[in-house]
Amino acid sequence: MSNFLEVNNVSKNFGNFKALNNVSISVPKGSIFGLLGPNGAGKTTLIRVVNQITMPDSGTVHLDGELLNENHIRDIGYLPEERGLYKSMKVGDQALYLAQLKGLSKAEAKTRLKYWFERLEIGDWWNKKIQELSKGMAQKIQFVVTVLHQPKLLIFDEPFSGFDPINANLIKDEILRLRENGATVIFSTHRMESVEELCDDIALIHKSNKILDGKLIDVKRQYKINTYEVGIRANDKVSLQNELSQKFDISTANFKTLEDELKLNIKLLDTDKPNDLLSYLTSKGEVSHFVELIPSVNDIFIQTVKNN
Amino acid sequence: MNHLPLIIKREYLTKVKNKSFIVMTILSPIIMIALISVVAYLSQLNNDTVRTITILDESGLVENSFKSSENTKYNVLQNMSLEEAKTITKETSSYGLLHVNKLDDVDAISKSIRFYSEESPSIGIISNLEGQLEKKLTNIKLQQKGVDVDMINASRISINIAQESFEGEKTSKIDSVVKLIFGGAAGYLLFMFIIIYGNMIMRSVIEEKTSRIIEVIISSVKPVQLMLGKIIGTSLAGITQFVIWIILGGVLMAVVSLVLGIDMMQSPQQQVLQQAMESPEANSQIQNIMTAFYNLPITNLIIAFILFFISGYLLYSSLYAAIGAAVDNETDTQQFLLPIMMPLILAVYIGIFTVIEDPHGTVSTVFSFIPLTSPVVMLMRIPFGVPIWQQLVSLLLLIGTFMFTVWFAAKIYRVGILMYGKKPSYKELIKWIKY
Repeated sequence: MSNFLEVNNVSKNFGNFKALNNVSISVPKGSIFGLLGPNGAGKTTLIRVVNQITMPDSGTVHLDGELLNENHIRDIGYLPEERGLYKSMKVGDQALYLAQLKGLSKAEAKTRLKYWFERLEIGDWWNKKIQELSKGMAQKIQFVVTVLHQPKLLIFDEPFSGFDPINANLIKDEILRLRENGATVIFSTHRMESVEELCDDIALIHKSNKILDGKLIDVKRQYKINTYEVGIRANDKVSLQNELSQKFDISTANFKTLEDELKLNIKLLDTDKPNDLLSYLTSKGEVSHFVELIPSVNDIFIQTVKNN
Repeated sequence: MNHLPLIIKREYLTKVKNKSFIVMTILSPIIMIALISVVAYLSQLNNDTVRTITILDESGLVENSFKSSENTKYNVLQNMSLEEAKTITKETSSYGLLHVNKLDDVDAISKSIRFYSEESPSIGIISNLEGQLEKKLTNIKLQQKGVDVDMINASRISINIAQESFEGEKTSKIDSVVKLIFGGAAGYLLFMFIIIYGNMIMRSVIEEKTSRIIEVIISSVKPVQLMLGKIIGTSLAGITQFVIWIILGGVLMAVVSLVLGIDMMQSPQQQVLQQAMESPEANSQIQNIMTAFYNLPITNLIIAFILFFISGYLLYSSLYAAIGAAVDNETDTQQFLLPIMMPLILAVYIGIFTVIEDPHGTVSTVFSFIPLTSPVVMLMRIPFGVPIWQQLVSLLLLIGTFMFTVWFAAKIYRVGILMYGKKPSYKELIKWIKY
């Protein structure tokens, strides 16, 4: 799979402040790419570089194999975190204007807007002013404006903020559908559960440096902790726990079970095999629960940022 | 991609469709005309009231020398004391009482004259009385010294120096006044235009920042394009408003004058002018005004007006746009507005005080070259005839500065529009340019 977006060694300084330090990322074509990082890490600056709002001091950006240039503006749809619309302008006029700025003809923009407004069931808003709409409603319009010109690269900065769960789901489904239709999506958010759910690849930026990137699954493997969550029904739980604690690194676990089982997290050494553990456990009692603990993105995020 | 026309169109339409803009466009001339009519009406009313002034002249020297006019009537009292005269004056609710003592010497009389009234009298009336008394008493004194007053009057000569340039162009005092009116109007128009529509541009930039739409737009267009589009769109809206004001104002003025029969142009200065025209030289005066008008360098004036107006306006409005980009809300604009307003106000003052006095003096000339003041000052100077090379140099300097400020403003603009929450200092603004 080729990379749709290649950012190579991009640096950007604002006065004495280094906002990006030699950051490189590769976004595979057709993927959903999670751009993560604490507040003030440099995510927005990186996104602005890709959008040609900010010019990098050094480094290059390639989009679809071509050095980033003015013509790429219409290939990118950007939903910034700081977003808004003209308050006293009518929804329809505003959407038309923004679509035309992205290079659509007026007629084309109108047809597509009608389609989208119907799709999201907001057709009767056309003649309303933004100030008459709620925040969530305005967000929907913003989403439509972002995707209207059928960009090949979509960049969403906190796309779900301000949405109720139903609308958040609706937008999520639309994003997935756009990806199926061939768009590549960059996704910057602090909501780790949506990263977990949606992203194929991630990159973590911290204090202007990229400190982690790759396929989400590879990252998880890299952070694998070799720990198993175990539930076992035994007659003498105390002696079993003592016995296990001599052989393994254990701690109490907490999960729902039907009976009064002994619940433990058992950490294996690199040389240990899970099968050996399982057969050992079955000899001691009835195993009701045996699950490998996979680090969540949230854990990885916190751990990596703290270590740096 | 060139989005400039699209941006201009949006800026123009939003401004023009804006409710308060429409209300201002229609109401301003109505309010102006209403105010002018009220003032004109009141001053006419004032002129219509007839004042009576009672005169008690115990010396008998001056009592017959007062000629009643349309607005002032004189009532001569005789054979009574000052107290009685005062009572009569009060009872007949006359405006005041002029009392002249009976003394031997004209000089002594002149020092003893008093005016008694309920409230302090208007300066106009007092100076009118003084003038009439002075004339009469001077004549009496001359006669006492054996001088023939008629002979003096007959020998009076009135002089009106005709002015002519070396090239043979005839000019006159009226000429200068006409020039002054043209130059002043042009300079003042530019001044007003900059203040009104510069502020409008600034507000519209701030609006984009506070509504957070800016980043969405900036991802599609270059900041410079957005800024220029804003400036041009707003200016076009401004021109539209100005044209409507002039047309509406003109029509309203005509209607009001016809309906109410008030002569709007009836100002005191014009009364003086009218009086002057009633004299035998009246015809030549009108002719003078016409020639003064024709003598104006019209073509030069129009071309220079357009060029200086546009570049001067763009220069200032790009600064306004930069200020709008640098701050988050209007209350923070004060510290940045001051340095812009100062050269502008300075220019108007120089125009009013120095150009009138000496249109080609050092001060006027220097300030008509300095870019921030040159549009206003030069526009005021041009009717008096400025060499083409001076106009060109000044214009080139202005355009150069204009290009620099647009570059500078664009720098501040592109950084500033994405900065939220803090009020920048001048030092930070300078840093932004390097970003």
